[in-house]
Amino acid sequence: MVVKAQSRPAEVLRPGHAGCPGCGHAMGMRMVLRALGNRAVVVVVPSCVAVISGPYPYAALNVPMFHSAFEIAAPTAAGISQALKIQGKDDIPVLAFAGDGGTFDIGLQSLSGAADRNEDFIYVCMDNEAYMNTGIQVSSATPRYAWTGTSPMGNTRRKKHIMEIMAAHRIPYAATACIGFADDLTAKVKKAKEMRGTRFLHLLSPCPTGWKMEQHLSPKAAVAAVETNIFPLYEIFGGSEYVINYRSKGLPVETYLSLQGRYRHLRPEDVKSIQAETDRNWEELKRRV
Amino acid sequence: MKKFITGNHAVAEAVRLCRTQIVAAYPITPQTPIYEKLSDWEAAGELGGIMMRTESEHSAMAACLSASLAGVRAFTATSSQGLALMHEMLHFASGCRAPVVMACVNRTLAAPWAFWSDQTDSLSQRDTGWIQIYCEDNQEVFDSVIQAFRIAEGVLLPCMVVLEANYISHFMEPIEVPEQEQTDRFLPPVKIPERFDVDNPSFVAPVVSQVQFEAFRHLSYEAMSNALDVIEEVDRDFGDHFGRNYGLVEAVGLDGAELALVTTATITSTARVALAGLREKGHRVGLVKIRVFRPFPTRILREILEPVPRVAVLERNLSLGREGIFCSELKAALVNSEKPHHVQGYLAGMGGTNVDPDLIERVVIDALSRERVSDEPIWMMEKK
Ligand code: SF4
Repeated sequence: MVVKAQSRPAEVLRPGHAGCPGCGHAMGMRMVLRALGNRAVVVVVPSCVAVISGPYPYAALNVPMFHSAFEIAAPTAAGISQALKIQGKDDIPVLAFAGDGGTFDIGLQSLSGAADRNEDFIYVCMDNEAYMNTGIQVSSATPRYAWTGTSPMGNTRRKKHIMEIMAAHRIPYAATACIGFADDLTAKVKKAKEMRGTRFLHLLSPCPTGWKMEQHLSPKAAVAAVETNIFPLYEIFGGSEYVINYRSKGLPVETYLSLQGRYRHLRPEDVKSIQAETDRNWEELKRRV
Repeated sequence: MKKFITGNHAVAEAVRLCRTQIVAAYPITPQTPIYEKLSDWEAAGELGGIMMRTESEHSAMAACLSASLAGVRAFTATSSQGLALMHEMLHFASGCRAPVVMACVNRTLAAPWAFWSDQTDSLSQRDTGWIQIYCEDNQEVFDSVIQAFRIAEGVLLPCMVVLEANYISHFMEPIEVPEQEQTDRFLPPVKIPERFDVDNPSFVAPVVSQVQFEAFRHLSYEAMSNALDVIEEVDRDFGDHFGRNYGLVEAVGLDGAELALVTTATITSTARVALAGLREKGHRVGLVKIRVFRPFPTRILREILEPVPRVAVLERNLSLGREGIFCSELKAALVNSEKPHHVQGYLAGMGGTNVDPDLIERVVIDALSRERVSDEPIWMMEKK
């Protein structure tokens, strides 16, 4: 099929970013920004997102942006958003990209504070399930059993449930999304853009480097995460109204795990336990709907 | 109009008169009354700007500096642990050239826990790239906050106005509060770069190379050096508008003095009284108050102290393993003087203990009669 040039939406992430080949983050940012448009202010914090944004004097993103400090994506976005309102520029959305470390770990307090005040911005957690920018160390977003440089025998803790934490703040909108489902992701960004208050997107973006897989596998891994129910696609409105956006095929978790070198050491009983935990989580999510 | 108010209240009055657009803050003793007073006014519709009640001082500074980069006038106030928690963001604000203004109410840093005056909290932020102004009384605090916005916005560096716990923060004094129009004439509406312009996008604070980092640091260095002139000019203009001004430093009775007592902040007021008495008794002792600490007024201090052979520095702070921080700074400023000085450091008032005229007399007598200066500071401790 030939796609006509004029039918393609304008790109905000320009060619020539500084991420690894096949990087899921870069794909995710591209999709989010395309849906957001370039009349917006973007905040990034230390993470691969900041690397992708480019070193001075280059800028991969065609929007005004600010590379703030690690643990303050949320109050940075809040400060800008409040300032824009004072200047009468309420129509300009502010969007913050932070990694899983910057969200689940070091930035959780400041995110909670901003969400509690229902500050007006879109927060996108780009989750690649470890500290990849510093070279693959465990975070509280790393799933159980996954190898990282600081969990060499496999992570012993379960992945923190960030969506429930955000729902507990009763923010207007929280949603999961991933690069394997581009239309769903785009629709969620557009929906978030039309809303006000704290809007949270938990975006799973596979990282070939940290997940130890072939460069071309990021989209496939993202699709598999959803189809195995490891990463279901859903929305939470007002902290309590759950909507599941996609009925998965319910494939066995091996479909997802076997793509990735970080799970290579798994024993059959480990896979079983991951399957059991995944099933439990999925049932629980369905109960909430 | 004359008002009889605390130092904290004076800060809040100045922040309101300056048409501050964003105040982001978090409670901490003894700063909290500033935060409360501004909240009262916001609730009553008497504050032009908005308040952000953040979950920490760290986030308060994050919000202030980002709002400032967007082009609005931003203020916060803190003390002690709160300032220490902000430390990372203080460097950030300065590095981004965000002209945020802060009131820092000096308070002891734990451990052990205490709530009284001690300058080590703000002086520990010496190298963060903030302009620092140390105030002697409530009027100076009020005036310095108004000056701070013009200074910060003029050089695009953040500015900290420092007042002491209790001695200023909670003590009431009559102060002169100008009318809004009079303040507006001195401090025009904010006009700083709007760094997040969708029609002209740019990337604030990207990753830079070694060479670029060095070049940015040099630019900040030049801005801070240039701030000395700007502070003086703003202070002179303030004098023209309001009939009061303070200078970078203040010298009293240095003519023919054998000893200069160097002080900062509230100890200065007591020293004025003590030294007047000593001069009446025939002691040749003058007073130097250091008001601006960053940028450090090296040249002017060297000039005014040039003819004075002995210098005593009396202060309420300590760099463990060295001495009082103003003393170290002053020694460094005098090291290239034509004539050598005897500079002796004295520590007093630590942890908020009282520095009375009698203690100051003892310091002066010791400094005048001392055969050899000690490299160690002399502790003038209050009896337990
Ligand atoms: S380490 Fe992973 S997330 Fe980071 S740039 Fe490379 S592929 Fe992308």
